[in-house]
Amino acid sequence: MKKRIISILMENEPGALSRVVGLFSQRGYNIDSLNVAPTHDLSLSRVTLMTHCDDLVAEQITKQLNKLIDVVKVLDITEGRHIEREMMLIKVKAKGEQRTEVKRCSDIFRGQIVDVGPTYYTLMLDGDSTKLDGFIEALGDISVLEVVRTGVCGIAKSEKSLSL
Amino acid sequence: MTEMLSGGDALIRALKDEGVELVFGYPGGAALHIYDAIFRQKDIEHILVRHEQAATHAADGYARTSGKVGTVIVTSGPGATNAITGIATAYMDSIPMVVISGQVPSSKIGEDAFQETDMVGVSRPVVKHSFLVQCAEDIPMIIKKAYYIARSGRPGPVVVDIPKDITSPHEKFAYSYPETIDIRSYQPVKKGHAGQIRKAMKQLLAAKRPVIYIGGGAILGNASEVIRKLVDELGYPVTNTLMGLGAYPGTAEKNLGMLGMHGTYESNMAMHHADLILVLGARLDDRTTNDTKKYCPDATIIHVDIDPTTISKTVQIDIPIVGPLDEVVNGMLEYLEQNEKRADPDALKTWWDQCNQWRQQHGIFKRPNHAPSKGELIKPQDVIKTLYKVTHGEAVITSDVGQHQMFAAQYYHFDWPRQWINSGGLGTMGFGLPSAMGAVFADRDTPVACVTGEGSIQMCIQELSTCSQYHLPVKIINLNNQALGMVKQWQDMNYEGRYSQSLYEESLPDFVKLAEAYGHVGIKVTRYEDLEEKMEEAFAMKDRLVFMDIYVDPTEHVYPMLVPEGSMRDMWVSKTERT
Ligand SMILES: Cc1ncc(C[n+]2csc(CCOP(=O)(O)OP(=O)(O)O)c2C)c(N)n1
Ligand SMILES: [Mg+2]
Repeated sequence: MKKRIISILMENEPGALSRVVGLFSQRGYNIDSLNVAPTHDLSLSRVTLMTHCDDLVAEQITKQLNKLIDVVKVLDITEGRHIEREMMLIKVKAKGEQRTEVKRCSDIFRGQIVDVGPTYYTLMLDGDSTKLDGFIEALGDISVLEVVRTGVCGIAKSEKSLSL
Repeated sequence: MTEMLSGGDALIRALKDEGVELVFGYPGGAALHIYDAIFRQKDIEHILVRHEQAATHAADGYARTSGKVGTVIVTSGPGATNAITGIATAYMDSIPMVVISGQVPSSKIGEDAFQETDMVGVSRPVVKHSFLVQCAEDIPMIIKKAYYIARSGRPGPVVVDIPKDITSPHEKFAYSYPETIDIRSYQPVKKGHAGQIRKAMKQLLAAKRPVIYIGGGAILGNASEVIRKLVDELGYPVTNTLMGLGAYPGTAEKNLGMLGMHGTYESNMAMHHADLILVLGARLDDRTTNDTKKYCPDATIIHVDIDPTTISKTVQIDIPIVGPLDEVVNGMLEYLEQNEKRADPDALKTWWDQCNQWRQQHGIFKRPNHAPSKGELIKPQDVIKTLYKVTHGEAVITSDVGQHQMFAAQYYHFDWPRQWINSGGLGTMGFGLPSAMGAVFADRDTPVACVTGEGSIQMCIQELSTCSQYHLPVKIINLNNQALGMVKQWQDMNYEGRYSQSLYEESLPDFVKLAEAYGHVGIKVTRYEDLEEKMEEAFAMKDRLVFMDIYVDPTEHVYPMLVPEGSMRDMWVSKTERT
């Protein structure tokens, strides 16, 4: 089972996303994360979907996605060089001593404190998923109140682009 | 000149402009504007069924027989959900169909209004695509797209859900029907890859034990003609799936018959021992492969299909060719024209000798796997043989699901495509009678027989009323074994004969009286000696529906049968013999 990041360009139409998501549950594929928004061409949406599967299933997933009428193009970007990014907002308990500890940890991971309360900090971090996982781990004893992640979005590292 | 039309009128006009002549449907609140538009026109004939499931099966039977897109109109809520079984049936067998469903008014969607069901949501996993119409002006374009999507590429059902306000007679717009269509996100393949075809042909000609394996895609893709030429040119043994019966003549010498769960011994043996299998328009599902880990161990597999997802879905394919079947096979024929090389004749002869030996050993026509019929003992297999004889092999045969379906598939030789209409993928009991109605509408000149069982026929029995209203002379051949025979067979084989819920006690209706109650003719047959004569009698009543209730041996099983978790050569060939 390998991590796969699948990029989907599809019509920005009602129902299109539910068909993509439905396909995954219907055929028993997993979705680890899902990220969707319109592109610079507002008639199109770009989806980045992360899943874990073997090669055969990955091939089926891309083919099945391509078969959906609303889907324009599909690319498994993990097949080539690519960039992946994810953004995380994380609210942690931070009182007394802990406040400097959290701040220091955040600095190491190039995070930003975006909201401060007397008992908590909210931090923003971006990077690839392992970095964000690493940050949560690095927090150690500090108690995490809330984690919000955007899910991975990714792009291939070449001039080739997913477009009409 | 543009005309001002309401949404309801525009819908019916768009259907006409699309070339639709016939729709099957059932009215209700959310579809009433549409039904009023139907009332005020003469171009499209509407057939009122007795249950929405039957509307979809009838449209499906019409599509399978004619090759055209079937059309259904139903109302919202229960009308729409009743249609789902038929939509799923069509989806599994890739049948082109457009289902128009009424929906509650736009302003009420999401309020749990009376008869509201999210039809687009409910049908999503069983449609090729669906549309929720959001304004009347979109109707012509959506109808154009719906039919194009339904029939092109790998065909399938398309749902068009239309809220009631959109068909309102009070709002009109300038109607025009689009002449062409281009959907940027949907471009079905038009041609197979020339390099792949060449590569496949080299392998095909180097084979020593080849099999040509024909699926339902050959019928959907109108490829029978070119496939026949290819087989003639190569001289290889042919096998068909349940869905592919008729794509290549059933009576042809080169046809080893159906493969799979209840396929012939010779077909399944040939598959297992082949060194090359050319799959033409099939999806290699579990009923045709048996255990995929043990599947055809020596074979290089070439797979031609229009749908890339069928490639390597269940079995790893060596040479895939994605494209329309007729076009790809034509490419193969061109290759043969330009290249002299043919398969090694000695090897091919040895292979044919082997196949013919299998035929002699356990071929169902060479060596029957059941006792002969006599007196009160009517073997279901013999009923199908008699049906073949009485109809001269020229009827359109629809079937339901169960033992009778397998007997029909095994014993009626289908010589041309679209002659055999059955629910292969979903296995929907209740499909037989309504699909036969659709077949009659598609082809008025050919007799249509529905081979069914007393279980299946009761799942859409209400359609006897529709047949009466429209004078549909279907011949119902009820193989009455007084049981859910196929279930019972599995219980015999795997559950030590514990017949859990597969018997009806004394509750079966008198089918002769039932047929008569609907204004039809009923004939009961209990003696083998009467069978042929009574069947002749039934088919002589050309303009009447005749319900033949034939009491067959309730203990009969369907053989051959693949042994679970085995390879394709692991079969029961009769109740007592296993390979
Ligand atoms: C709608 C539906 N429900 C249940 C089944 C499961 N099933 C398959 S065959 C069969 C028995 C069919 O009985 P009958 O129509 O009398 O045919 P026979 O096998 O006796 O010839 C059943 C219940 C099915 N295929 N379809
Ligand atoms: Mg029965």
